[in-house]
Amino acid sequence: MIVIGELINTSREGLEEAVKNRDVEFIQDLAKKQEEAGADYIDVNCGTLIKEEVEAMEWLVNTVQEVVDVPLCIDSPNPKALEVGLEAHEGKALVNSITAEEERFAETLEILKEHDARVVALVMDDDGMPNGAEDRIRVGKKLIEDLMKAGIAEGDIFVDPIIQPIGTDQAVGEHILDAVEEITREYEEVHITCGLSNISHGLPQRQLLNRTFVTLAMSRGLDSAIIDPLDPKIMALVTAAETLLGNDQYCAGYIKAAKSGKLDV
Amino acid sequence: MSKMEKIVEGVIAGNIDRVAELTQELVDEGTKPSEIIKNGLVAGMDVVGGRFKKNEMFVPEVLIAAKAMHSGMDIVKPLLTEGESSSVGTVIMATVEGDLHDIGKNLVAMMLEGAGFEVVDLGVDIEADEFVEAVKEHQPDVVGLSALLTTTMPAMEETIKSLEEAGIRDQVKIMVGGAPVSEDFANEIGADGYAADGSTATDIAREFVS
Repeated sequence: MIVIGELINTSREGLEEAVKNRDVEFIQDLAKKQEEAGADYIDVNCGTLIKEEVEAMEWLVNTVQEVVDVPLCIDSPNPKALEVGLEAHEGKALVNSITAEEERFAETLEILKEHDARVVALVMDDDGMPNGAEDRIRVGKKLIEDLMKAGIAEGDIFVDPIIQPIGTDQAVGEHILDAVEEITREYEEVHITCGLSNISHGLPQRQLLNRTFVTLAMSRGLDSAIIDPLDPKIMALVTAAETLLGNDQYCAGYIKAAKSGKLDV
Repeated sequence: MSKMEKIVEGVIAGNIDRVAELTQELVDEGTKPSEIIKNGLVAGMDVVGGRFKKNEMFVPEVLIAAKAMHSGMDIVKPLLTEGESSSVGTVIMATVEGDLHDIGKNLVAMMLEGAGFEVVDLGVDIEADEFVEAVKEHQPDVVGLSALLTTTMPAMEETIKSLEEAGIRDQVKIMVGGAPVSEDFANEIGADGYAADGSTATDIAREFVS
């Protein structure tokens, strides 16, 4: 499971202020904690700063990379911010995200080609958000094919099936799971990731739905998620699910996690 | 419990058939349609809105309550005499140019309808000029602009500017919302209000029309 730590995002409380004030200690501490908890990528998103986003992104990438060894996930819908983030980044970053919207696809692809990076592909196009499993599969395949044609390696593509609230459409969970399975079946090396928490929007006890959904999706092929790695319960659940799905030889990961107390949740 | 109170309860409980039944009974007994709307259907949704805000009710419950309200509305609306309105006010809603993310906008539209507003949902990726045309056509009280992407937030400002240039800015109140949008941003671009969620949007829209 490729865990993308989501905590450095200026839409979270207190973060915008920390980034605006260039609070090095606060940001570095949050980055280190996520790495220690098992994050494979540290997401950096400062989109709420709008006009100052580009400079803030450069600062974030430099500040975080000073203290962690894992690569970053450069997170912005703004190609300029992605470009500056990638310039500053050392090693192979993950870009979040590209979509099949014509203009955004072209602009983001240019930047991807210039820098050797992996990319999250959101299954939406100029017709909007996906509706049902078919839409997700169709746009997902188009993105994979177009990216591969442009020279992006299959294993560098992370498809995000776009999670919508189960509270407004009770079929959406099944649609997402079916899409995850179909895309995984056809493209073995492509990764599937998602921002989980949308699934539980508008419902009580959201964490329970988020955690349950991640295990259901893992059983269908999800192998990455944008989550809070400091939530020990979701991390323990992911560890256990990996073992049960046969992705943990000799159950070594599970046993190691248990011995270090990570499963005492 | 009076039939009117039962309608309120029925809306809150999301009892679609029961609300329709009771509404029909009241109509047959000669109760004024506008009274059924105000003291029954909309009154029920007001309770729902309040509970939603306090986390005592949740999105699917609000959806089913709105359906129950509409089951009654469908019966009384055709009976309204000219000049009588079933709506508290009219709101135009859309995501701005370049933005296709409509989950939030749809939730807000649903909450507004539940509160008795007439909602004209223009859809997604709506250019400033289209907003201008829609305001001229529908004469709304409120315009709601939604953006999820930081890259499309400037289109909110452009929309407001276009309404100004068309000389119709002051005919409407403008509220904005979406994950990256903030109170500060709303003030900066000259919007009249910022709503963090559907129930806040409803409160603000009510203030605007009162």
